[in-house]
Amino acid sequence: MNKSQVEISDNFDGEIATLNLGPTHPATHGIFQNVLKVDGERILSSEPTIGYIHRAFEKIAEHRAYYQITTLTDRLNYCSSPINNIGYLMAVEKLAKIKVPKKVDYMRIIMMEMARIADHIICDSVIGVDTGALTGFTYIWQWREKIYDMYEEVAGARLTTNMGRIGGFERDFSPRFHVLFKEFIRDFPAAFEEFNSLLERNRIFMDRCIGAGPISAEQALAYGFTGPNLRATGVDYDIRIAQPYSSYEDFDFTVPVGVNGDTYDRFTVRQEEIRQSFKLMKDAYENLPEGKTHADVPDFFLPPKQDVYSKMEQLIYQFKIIMGEVPMPKGEVYFAVEGGNGELGFYIQSDGGRSPYRLHFRRPCFIYYQAYPEMIKGSVLSDAILTMSSMNVIAGELDA
Amino acid sequence: MPNHEEVLKELNAQFGDKIQCYKVDNDTLIIDLESGDHAYNVLNYLQNDSILKLNFLTTLCGLHFPDHSGAELGVMYQVKNLVTGYSLRLKSYFPIAHPKIKSVTSLFPSANWMERQEYDFFGIEFEGHPDLRRILNVDDMDYFPMRKEYRLEDATRDDKEDKYFGR
Repeated sequence: MNKSQVEISDNFDGEIATLNLGPTHPATHGIFQNVLKVDGERILSSEPTIGYIHRAFEKIAEHRAYYQITTLTDRLNYCSSPINNIGYLMAVEKLAKIKVPKKVDYMRIIMMEMARIADHIICDSVIGVDTGALTGFTYIWQWREKIYDMYEEVAGARLTTNMGRIGGFERDFSPRFHVLFKEFIRDFPAAFEEFNSLLERNRIFMDRCIGAGPISAEQALAYGFTGPNLRATGVDYDIRIAQPYSSYEDFDFTVPVGVNGDTYDRFTVRQEEIRQSFKLMKDAYENLPEGKTHADVPDFFLPPKQDVYSKMEQLIYQFKIIMGEVPMPKGEVYFAVEGGNGELGFYIQSDGGRSPYRLHFRRPCFIYYQAYPEMIKGSVLSDAILTMSSMNVIAGELDA
Repeated sequence: MPNHEEVLKELNAQFGDKIQCYKVDNDTLIIDLESGDHAYNVLNYLQNDSILKLNFLTTLCGLHFPDHSGAELGVMYQVKNLVTGYSLRLKSYFPIAHPKIKSVTSLFPSANWMERQEYDFFGIEFEGHPDLRRILNVDDMDYFPMRKEYRLEDATRDDKEDKYFGR
C-alpha cells in the first residue's frame, strides 16, 4: 500500500479545495488536465480530461495511401517514433504477406532497441527531475542526442523519423552511421551506469519513489496495462517474447520485472530494459547478415531513381506506388509490437482499396492512463506528479 | 495453445445459434455474431472458461459499413490469454438507427475509456457504461466524425473530390 495514503471517511469535516492541474502545467510534461479535489496536500479525487492534441489520425488514415500513414504513426509516441513506424510497416507487410530478408529484421531490431533506449532515457531522467535531481537529466540527454544523430543517418530526420518503407529500408546503413554506432557502443554503458548510480541507490530518490503511485498486478491487468508499467507489477508479459516478431527469437535477453508496481519499480524496470536493449542492439549489429535491405516487392518498394528515369517498367511502378495504386489484398490484420510504453497494436481492415477501410491504433498510454485517478487517490500532490512521469504518459499517444 | 477448431467447436456448442459466420484471417479466428446483444455473454463465457481464459481485453474498436443495411455499425473486440498467447476477435453488428450494445466494463475495467472513445467517434451507445461521455472531442460536438458519411475535407469545398483524393 501507499505509505502516504490516509483513510478518507465520508463525514470529512475539513475544507476541500478544487485544483485545476493543467492543461499546461510545467510539471506534467505535456498537455494533461486533471481537476483535483484536495484536502491540503492530499488528493481526494481526480478527473482527467484528455484530447487537447487530438488530431484524428484514424480518420486521416482512411484517406491516405498506405505508405503515407507511417508519418502519422511518428506522432503517436514521439519519444520512440521508429518503433511506431516499424510496427506499422510490419502490420502492412503482414496484411500484404510480404516476407522481408533477415538483414532487414536485424536492422529493425537495432533501430527499435535504440528507440527504446531513447524513450526510457527520457522517462527515467524525468522521474529524476520530478524528485528534484536535475543533474542526471542534463547529463544523460546528450546520449539521446547521439541516438537522434543515428536516426538522422538512417532516416534523415530526428524526431518524426518516418523510418523504413513497406518491405524494408530505403537504403543500407551509411558509413557515418557505423562510426556513430561504434562510438555509442563503446561509450554509452559507462555513462549510463554513472547516471544510474546518481539515482538508483540514492537515499533521497528512494524515499521519494518507493511506495509512490503503486498498483497491484491484478488491477494493472484489469486496466489493460502493458509494457514496463505492467512488468513493474511483476507480470512478465513482453510481446518480444510472447509473439516474437522481426527475428527477436534469434536473440537472448532478459525481461526484468518489479514487485510492488510503484514508481521506484517502474524506474528500475526501465533502467534494466535499457541494459537489455543495449545488449540486443549490440548482438544484432554484430550478427548483421549480408544481403539486401529490402524485400523484392516492386509493387510496394520504390525502384532506384536512376532506373525510373531510364526504364519504362520502373517508371510505371514509381507512378503506381506514389499514387497509392498497390495491390493490397482484402482482409484484416492485427499486429502488435512492444512499444516504449507497451503493446502498440495496429488493426487494419482492408477492402482492397488504396487506403485502409479502417485503421485502429491500440495505444498503450490511452488504455493505462485511465487507472491514474485510482493510483493517486489519497496520495500527496507531489507523488501524483511523480506517478504520472513514471507511467510515461505521452500526450501524442494518449490523444492520437 | 488451443487450436482454432477446438475453440470453434466449444463456442458452437455454447452459442451455436448466435454465431453468424467465422473465418481465419492472418492466423486469427474471427467470429461475427448474429445481430443482437450477444457479445457480452460470449466475452463473459470466454473470460471465465477454464481452458481458454481469454481475460485480457487487448482492444476494441467501432466499425461502420454504410452498405450493410440493418447492421451498419459494429464493434470489434479482441481478447487474449496472456499465458498461452491465444487471441480471438469477435464482432457484433447492429443497426445505425438503434446503435446500442451492452457495455463490457463490468468484465474488463479497461473497456471504460475504449468504449467512451467509440461512443465519441461512432455514436455507439454502450448500455450500462458508468460514464458514457465524449472523451477526445469537445463535449458539444453534434456529430460522430468516424462515421463514413463525414468527409475529411471541408464539406463546403467542391474542388477536392473524394474520388481524386483518397477514398
